[in-house]
Parts: sequence; structure tokens; C-alpha cells
Amino acid sequence: MVVNLFKKFINKVLRNIFKKKKHLKLGLYGPPNGGKTTLANRICQDWLGEDMGSVSNIAHETREIQIKEQINIKSKGKELSFNLVDTPGIATKVDYEDFMKAGLKEKEAKQRAKEATKGVIDAIKWLDEMDAVVVVLDSTKDPYSQVNITIIGNLQARDIPVLIVGNKIDLKKSKIKKIQAAFPQYNVIGISAKYGHNMDKFYEGLFALVG
Amino acid sequence: MLTFQFVPYSKIEDLGSARRVHMLLDLVKQNKIVILEGRLKKEEEKDLIEITMEEINERFKGIELAVISPDKKKGGFFKSMKSNLINTLLGDRSGFTIIGPATIVKQIKKDPDKIELLTREVKKKKRK
Repeated sequence: MVVNLFKKFINKVLRNIFKKKKHLKLGLYGPPNGGKTTLANRICQDWLGEDMGSVSNIAHETREIQIKEQINIKSKGKELSFNLVDTPGIATKVDYEDFMKAGLKEKEAKQRAKEATKGVIDAIKWLDEMDAVVVVLDSTKDPYSQVNITIIGNLQARDIPVLIVGNKIDLKKSKIKKIQAAFPQYNVIGISAKYGHNMDKFYEGLFALVG
Repeated sequence: MLTFQFVPYSKIEDLGSARRVHMLLDLVKQNKIVILEGRLKKEEEKDLIEITMEEINERFKGIELAVISPDKKKGGFFKSMKSNLINTLLGDRSGFTIIGPATIVKQIKKDPDKIELLTREVKKKKRK
């Protein structure tokens, strides 16, 4: 217990140093196909005018950690500079046959599955490196999945600030209130990363988190 | 046929984190659906996902995982503090953790008080 308190204190001190530098590592975490890379691309397009990674309907498109350095965002006279870290989706299962059903050939599907499992491990290992995390959830899906709870629980245990984003609000099945009910202690912002809906609120939430 | 294996907390309480996770995963790899009394630590849940990923192959495709725990806020501040202290000292024995092999358990739905375990249909080959 004392060790944990000491760890939290050290984390807080280090985080404050980073805050003063206004240059931190912001991680995008969440289950596969929640729209992490779509959001990363939206942020990069908004502030750098370029994409960060490729997106696809087939799960586990992002299988390696991707970093875009020195993104500077401005809102209401404030400025924030961070390195954006897009991570592979965290899952508890990876089945190469699912990729075959999505149209990949067996050899490709097996390779993708192998890379996907490695990607999940890398994403988990990188948790400790983050100064703040945006958890990207698909607002049309069940928020009570254990992967979501485990990610958020581990971030909380490390005292890493968390902003939850309910993505895909442009879809009819989207239920932001369900995410808010599942994680009442966090700020939950509904966005559509694909169409750029509510991005102003997202950036405001980001400043409130780390600004 | 589905096989459920109940694991009382007493069976894992003296084990270190790595051994706990491996013990549970070994049972799941024997195609058993594990019902653990209580829950793992947050760090152990994360380790369970990580080790599962390391062990995935063509036969073992991962796990489905769910934790059902009672709403601790309902008991008031002192009751919640007492249970937090007990959990810190003795481990979290409240609720249940369900872990099943992904080849058998398709999905575990939580809503959040009720739980539904959806299994995969086993395709039997017809003899001609």
C-alpha cells in the first residue's frame, strides 16, 4: 500500500514536469475497430494536414505502435504539444479464420493473426510509457466488455489521466449514454472521427485532461 | 459437452501473480470454462491478456473473459472502505471471474448485473 502511494506520488511529480514542458506522450487505446487510427488521422489532418496510418474494416489493421511527434494544438488561447501514440487494438482472442472470412487468403490471415497478437502485447507493454490516454470505444458496441474495464482499471492503477471517447456517433446504433453509465467517473465525449463531428469538444476535453 | 470448473479463491491465494495466471490459463487450454471465486488484481488481468496473446496458435485462439462483482457503492462509505481494506490485505473474493476458451465461448455479455454466456455451435460432420 505504502509502495503504491509512493509510486503514485512519483508518477504525479514526473507528470507535472512533463506538463510544464507541454510535451507529453498521448496514447490512443481501446479494442480493435473502435476507430483509434481514424481519430489519429483526424487529429493529424486537423493540425498537421496529413494522415498517420491506414484504416480498414478488417480488425487489427494497426499491428504496430505508431508515433507522430510534436503535434501542436490550440484552443481558446491555450497551446498543447504532444507526441501522439496510436496503439494496436487490445483483444483477448485472435482467430486467423476471422480474417479469412473477411476475405484474406489463409497465409495472409495467419500472418495477420501472428502480427496482431504481437501488437496487443506491445500495446500493453507501452501502457507504462504514457502520460495521458484517450480510450477510444465504438459507441455502437457493448461498453461493459472486460477488455475496456481492464484497460481503464490499469490506467487508473497507474494514475494516468484518462479521457473516454465514444466514437461513431454518426451511426444510428450509437449509445453514448451507455458508455457514460458504464464509466461514470470519467469524462466521456461522443465524436465521429470519420466525419469530424464534435471534435471541438474532444480538443476541449484534451485540454481539461492535460492542459 | 461443456465443462465448467469452479476454482475457489483459496486455491490461488498463496500463488504468485504469474503462477495464478498460468494456472487459470492451463485450465482454459484444456477446454474448460473456469469460474473463479473473486477476481484477479488489475495487473493480473492485464497479464492474463498478455500471456494469452503469447500462447495463441492455430488450436488455441484466445479467451473470453468477464468479471461480475457486487456494486460496492451500495454499502456506504465505511462499508466500502472496510471491503477495500480487506481486499487489499486478503485479495478480492467478492464476485466471480469467468474465463472460457474462445473456441467454445463466443461471447460473454454483461448488462451489468446479469451475465449471458454465448457458446459456439459445434458443427458435426454427417456420415454418408
